[in-house]
Amino acid sequence: MNTMKPAEPLVVVQNLKKYFPVTSGLVFQRKTGEVRAVDDISFTVERGETLGLVGESGCGKTTAGRTLLALYPPTSGHVTIDGMDVYAARGRDLLAIRRKAQIIFQDPYASLNPRWTVDAIVSEPMRVHSILPDSKARSERVKELLALVGLSGRLVNRFPHEFSGGQRQRIGIARALASDPLFIVCDEPISALDVSIQAQVVNLLEDLQDRFGLTYLFIAHNLSMVRHICDRVAVMYLGIIVELGERDELYDHPLHPYTRALLSAVPIPNPKQDRARQRMILSGDVPSPINPPPGCRFHPRCPLAVERCHQEPPVWREVATGHWVACHEVSG
Amino acid sequence: MTMLLQTIDLKTRFRIPEGTIYAVNGVSFHISEGETLAVVGESGCGKSVTMMSILRLLPTPPAEIVSGRALWGNRDLLRLSENEMEQLRGREIAMVFQDPMTSLNPVLTIGRQLTESLRVHLGMGKEDAAQRAVELLEQVGIPDAAHRLGDYPHQYSGGMRQRVMIAMALCCHPSLLIADEPTTALDVTIQAQIVELVKKLRDQLHMAVIWITHDLGVVAGLAQRVMVMYAGFVVEEALVDDLYEDPRHPYTLALLAALPRVDRRRDRRLKSIPGAPPNLLVEPRGCPFAPRCEFAIERCRFEIPPLQPVGGTHTAACWVDVTTGAPR
Repeated sequence: MNTMKPAEPLVVVQNLKKYFPVTSGLVFQRKTGEVRAVDDISFTVERGETLGLVGESGCGKTTAGRTLLALYPPTSGHVTIDGMDVYAARGRDLLAIRRKAQIIFQDPYASLNPRWTVDAIVSEPMRVHSILPDSKARSERVKELLALVGLSGRLVNRFPHEFSGGQRQRIGIARALASDPLFIVCDEPISALDVSIQAQVVNLLEDLQDRFGLTYLFIAHNLSMVRHICDRVAVMYLGIIVELGERDELYDHPLHPYTRALLSAVPIPNPKQDRARQRMILSGDVPSPINPPPGCRFHPRCPLAVERCHQEPPVWREVATGHWVACHEVSG
Repeated sequence: MTMLLQTIDLKTRFRIPEGTIYAVNGVSFHISEGETLAVVGESGCGKSVTMMSILRLLPTPPAEIVSGRALWGNRDLLRLSENEMEQLRGREIAMVFQDPMTSLNPVLTIGRQLTESLRVHLGMGKEDAAQRAVELLEQVGIPDAAHRLGDYPHQYSGGMRQRVMIAMALCCHPSLLIADEPTTALDVTIQAQIVELVKKLRDQLHMAVIWITHDLGVVAGLAQRVMVMYAGFVVEEALVDDLYEDPRHPYTLALLAALPRVDRRRDRRLKSIPGAPPNLLVEPRGCPFAPRCEFAIERCRFEIPPLQPVGGTHTAACWVDVTTGAPR
C-alpha cells in the first residue's frame, strides 16, 4: 500500500510465548498445568502493510495480538514496535508505545463503555495521551474522527446502545484513530457484523490505511476476507505459526497440510464450482493446548503424517522467497 | 415429488412496549419430500421467526401469528392444538439450533438426553433406547459412542455437540429437518464436517432439509433451492444454480458482490451495501430494500413489490428488471 518502505519493519516479534496457568483448589490455588496459548512465534510486520493472522478458535491468534501490545504480560519473547522494546518500556515510554499501537476489538457490544457518550469514548485516548489539552478542541477533533469513519458529528452525545453493530464498530475505529497510531491490531473486527455491513467496514479500514499509511495486523477466521484485505498471511494452529507467505502465493500454493485443509473447507459462493471441488476434510477436533501433541502439533489430524512427525517438531524454514512453512513432508 | 410443507402468506408480529415488530410480513414457500431448501438472510430478516412460527415455538404473547397457513399434509400446523403439535414436533419435523452449547442440558448426560426423546416419542424401554442411542451417535460420527453416552455436554467439543443435536433430531426419522444456522458457531473445518454429515444423512434417510443461514457460501454446495429473505419478506427464490448465476433481486445481487472469494485474486474493492437494514418497528409501506437499493424508482417507496416469476421457477420481488434497469 505504501510506496515508501524503510528497511526496518514496524513490528518485530521474536520467539513470543504466552502461557496461562491452570489452577485447582478454591482457597489455596495450586498451579496444575498451563495453557500454551502462544508457543514461540516470530514474525515481522512491514510499514504500511496488512499482515493477516488466521486460524480456528483457540489457536492463539487473539492472545498473540493482545500479548504483542503488552495487554497481557508475555511468558517470554521480545517485541519491538517502531524500534521501541515493548516489554522493557515503563512509564512514559510505554505510554508512547500505546499511542502508536492501537487495537480494534471483535465485539462492538462489549468494547464500548455503555455509560459513556460517544464523545467521551472517542476522546479518551486524547485525554490519556494529552494530545489536545483543550476540551473544546478535543470535541472538534471527535467530530472530525467521526466524519472520517462515516458517522455524523451530531451523534457525539449519544450512548453506545443507540447504535447498530456496524456503527459501534465505526466508533471503535474512531477511538483507535484518536491517538494518531502507526499500527492497529484489528482483532476480528468484522466477524460480529452482518454480511451486508462487513464490506462497509473492510472498505473503511482500507481507505484509512491509504490515507494515513497505517499498518494492520488483521486477526480473523474468515479466510476469504483475509485474502481480500491482507498483503501477507500467517496461519496459526495450536499456538504456533505453521505457514506464512505473500497472500496470493499462500492461497494459490498452500504447502502445509493444515493450510490446505483450511482453504479447502472454505465454501465458495458458486454452486457449480463448490460441487466440483476436491475437499480435504479433517477428522477430529483441535487438541487441547494444555497438553499439545508431541512432535508436529498437527500430526493427529494430518493425512500426510509419517513416523517422524510423531516425535520431532518440524523446523520453521523458508522454502521460497518469503514463503515460510513448518512441516517435515514439504519438500524444498 | 410430493409436497411436504406449504406455507402461505405467513405474518408474525411481536407486540412489545415500544410498539409492534413486523418480523414476518407475508411469507409463502414450499418444500417437497427429500428436497433441501436454503433460507438465506441477515440477522433480523425473519428467517428463524418464520420457522419458529410454523413449529409454534414462539411464546404468545409477545409473538402473534396474524395470518397465514402452514399445510403439512392435510393439516394446518397453525391451527393444531398444542397436544397435536407436541406429537408432531420431533417426530415428523425436527429442528437443530445454532448454539449447541445452550441447546443441551449441562447437568444431564448425553445418553440421558438422547434416550429421553426415544422413550417419550417412541415408547422404547430403557435398554432398547440405550442401544438405539449408541447407533445414532455412531451414525453422526461420534467415535467410541458406547463409552461416551455417560459423558456430560461440557466433555464434548462444539462440533461434537452439534453432532449430538443432529442425532437427537434424527431419532424419530423425521421427514423434515429444520437446521437453524447449525454451523455458525463452528470453525470452518468443523463446518465442512457437519455439512458433509447432513448431506450424507439426508440422502440415506431421504429427509427434506430446510437450512437457515446468513452465509451464501455454505448453501451453494448443499441446497437445491434457495430463498432469500430481507426484513421479513421473501425477496427472491430460485434453483441454486439460477440464483448464483443470474440473481434477479438487487439485494441478492449486492450480497453476492459484497463477498470476497477465497479462490480468486483480489481484483477490486468490495462493493458494499450502503446503510443498514430497516427498523422493524415501522410498518413496511414500500419495498424494504428501497432505501439501500441502487435500482430504486419512485414506485418502490410506496408500493410493496409482490414475488413474481422472472423465468422458469425463478421468482423475485422487485419493481425493476435488474438485467436492464427498466421498470417492470
